[in-house]
Amino acid sequence: MTTNAKPKFAMYWASSCGGCEIAVLNIHEKLLEVDEAFEVVFWPVAMDAKVKDVEALPDQSITLTLFNGGMRTAENAEMAHLMRRKSQILVAFGSCACEGCIPGLANLSSIQSMLDYNYSGSPTTENPQDIRPQTNWEAPEGKLHLPALFSVLQTLDQVVPVDYFMPGCPPESKQIAAVIDLVVQALHGQGTLPGRGATIGAGLSTVCDECPRTRNAKQIHKFMRVQNVQEIDPALCLLEQGIPCNGPATRSGCGALCPNASAQCAGCYGPAEGVIDYGARLMSAFASVIDSNDPVEIGHILDGIPDPAGQFYRFNLAKSLLRASKQAWIGYDGRQEDK
Amino acid sequence: MNQRITIDPITRLEGHGKIEIFLDEQGEVANTYFQIPELRGFERFCVGRPVEDMPILVNRICGVCPEAHHMAAAKAADAVYHVTIPSAARKLRELLYSAFYFTDHTTHFYALGGPDFILGPDSPVAERNILGVIHKVGLEIAGKVIQARKYGHSVVEMIGGRKVHPCTSIPGGMTKGITEEQRREIEAMGHWAVDFAQFSLKLFNDIVMGNPAYIEMVLGDAYSHHTYSIGTVDGNNKVNFYDGQVSVVDPEGKRIGKYAGAEYMDWIAERVEPWTYLKFPYLKKIGWKGFVDGKDSGVYMATPLSRLNASDGMATPRAQEEYERFFTALGGKPVHQRLAIHWARLVELLYAAERWVELATDPEITSDKFHTVPTEKPTEGVGIVEAPRGTLTHHYWTDERGVVTKVNLIVGTTNNYAPISMSVNKAARSLIHNGTIITEGLLNRIEMAFRAYDPCFGCATHSLPGQMPLQLNIYNARGEVVDVLRQYC
Repeated sequence: MTTNAKPKFAMYWASSCGGCEIAVLNIHEKLLEVDEAFEVVFWPVAMDAKVKDVEALPDQSITLTLFNGGMRTAENAEMAHLMRRKSQILVAFGSCACEGCIPGLANLSSIQSMLDYNYSGSPTTENPQDIRPQTNWEAPEGKLHLPALFSVLQTLDQVVPVDYFMPGCPPESKQIAAVIDLVVQALHGQGTLPGRGATIGAGLSTVCDECPRTRNAKQIHKFMRVQNVQEIDPALCLLEQGIPCNGPATRSGCGALCPNASAQCAGCYGPAEGVIDYGARLMSAFASVIDSNDPVEIGHILDGIPDPAGQFYRFNLAKSLLRASKQAWIGYDGRQEDK
Repeated sequence: MNQRITIDPITRLEGHGKIEIFLDEQGEVANTYFQIPELRGFERFCVGRPVEDMPILVNRICGVCPEAHHMAAAKAADAVYHVTIPSAARKLRELLYSAFYFTDHTTHFYALGGPDFILGPDSPVAERNILGVIHKVGLEIAGKVIQARKYGHSVVEMIGGRKVHPCTSIPGGMTKGITEEQRREIEAMGHWAVDFAQFSLKLFNDIVMGNPAYIEMVLGDAYSHHTYSIGTVDGNNKVNFYDGQVSVVDPEGKRIGKYAGAEYMDWIAERVEPWTYLKFPYLKKIGWKGFVDGKDSGVYMATPLSRLNASDGMATPRAQEEYERFFTALGGKPVHQRLAIHWARLVELLYAAERWVELATDPEITSDKFHTVPTEKPTEGVGIVEAPRGTLTHHYWTDERGVVTKVNLIVGTTNNYAPISMSVNKAARSLIHNGTIITEGLLNRIEMAFRAYDPCFGCATHSLPGQMPLQLNIYNARGEVVDVLRQYC
């Protein structure tokens, strides 16, 4: 490994989709500044893997590590511990690392039901002998190992201490560029980093605050499924049109991309500053616009949201107060135990 | 006690991939195992979600090709509601998809696959990456590659609302259309894209097909597998990325049938192995005979090459010329040499750019009739598109409220899990003999075996310098590491 006076930079993906890497690549020419300011020591997307080289580095020798992806397997957690040990600043980068993201919805059901469906239940699977992947398998030529899957998907900070959180699915490229500027300036003594534990690369308010749509603070009488809306008004608040939009609870920072495209805010930037439980805040926001005091009518209005768990915790279940269903924690559905 | 070689790329297909090579007592390859050590369970946890959420949920299967999942999900959701989307909505989706294809294929050719050819497979490792390509072909071309990525993403954002994980396709069509101003901008970028695609084909022809050593490598047996080919075609049996029927041709090039999305279960089945989390799709009508070539083996490929093999041509004029040139140069249909996938990808690049312009100049593209409210009771639906890395199938069942009750997915690269495993095996067998290890060359040639497929476990590797990161550990009979080979960037 070359010795280099420049601060060291790393980026790693655990259980993820690769979109965070694409978002970083989309900073385009700014990448050259990363190259200029840092020695990139570990970044599987761009260079040789070198896990052993990371292991060989002194502890705390990597100045900045952007870590994306959730904790789905034992291997993911091992890498989280390694990167924590080697890094001065560990950033939970993107929704998976911060709050579990969409794959965190796996915490609504048991790992057993996931495996049963994937390897037996799915209609195209032909598996008469009911073969399942094994963590240790004696092939004729030798032993093969697969990492164990955790029963509950975890966020990065549920496994190791995290210095900063950078939300978004994926984080917007302009926010990534701004964070890189901030860190580079701090390294040159020209600025200070926020206190440990802060959310960076995002705003302090809600998506509604950066959404250009008009809000008349009207009350709503029903929730509409988006496909049933005759014509989406391009200028009026989506929630006021009855379309469930997660803007009121979601942190600003994306520029209200989805509402600008007449699509609901799905909630990928996570809870707004100070919100402990995203879903609770969103339920409260929705409840406040329902224009009824009649329990029966309220029931009908809420029927317009057919999947409350998915609506209110789409990106946040793994980080919510609930975190996971009972089935997920024990790893089995009740049904399975009875068998 | 056998020797073992581990290749741990730490890259992805819904996670990370690992290759184990076992040697026998004589030092010959006994077997290879290509393992996928992760399962995220989308098929399970999408149950209970409203079907209109599926296009945004399944984006997160892959952040490199979310456009493919978004389209397949939207088509499946349309089918669940038995709704025919307006013509303008269909064109908007296909326009977005063509621009996405253009970007995706460009970055693969220049950053990932191209360096092996432009610089040569035995060029110094430190140069065999996109930076080496820039040095060889010049900064001007590098600027064009960056421009190609930017243009593609601009169109995706204009129509899809976001650069990564688009959000505008819903059951019945789109949430929004485009303005005339946007259309003009998209058209201008499309003309540029056609020029760029033609330039890329010329570059490939000059550098690869003008070099006898490369021709020998491409046409040689080391990278050849005689399997079935599949790919989506339109009503004239021309390649189509967004819609049509899936054409299946046998290893001799004979079309054995075509299937519509709803019939996929008659054609495709998946096998489970105990040593990997990923399943192996195969042709159900032929059956699983193991990791073997031939007409009796249900193994198939789903790549740019297989799409060309499975079709009768391209639907745009310039791409059709290149299609004809391709098969003439390679000795007629079907082509089985896996390295020809790179060339096939460039033929598709030109088609994507031409289609982009066709759609951008379609008078209907700025129509405000981009959504039809579904009126039928939701039940069940299949959506199929051609992802860059293979036919992508989404199948959803819902209750009468349109809430998902069951999901089945057969994902792009997954189609190629068996042939990639076979390619790795063949490369290892042809390169490792009697314990003799060809060090760096071995790594790169094994890499080339699966890089041609543009596999999704490396698909994020698309866009930057670098090759598939590989580490290879060689163990002696007592399980001790005797040598470590690494591929540096």
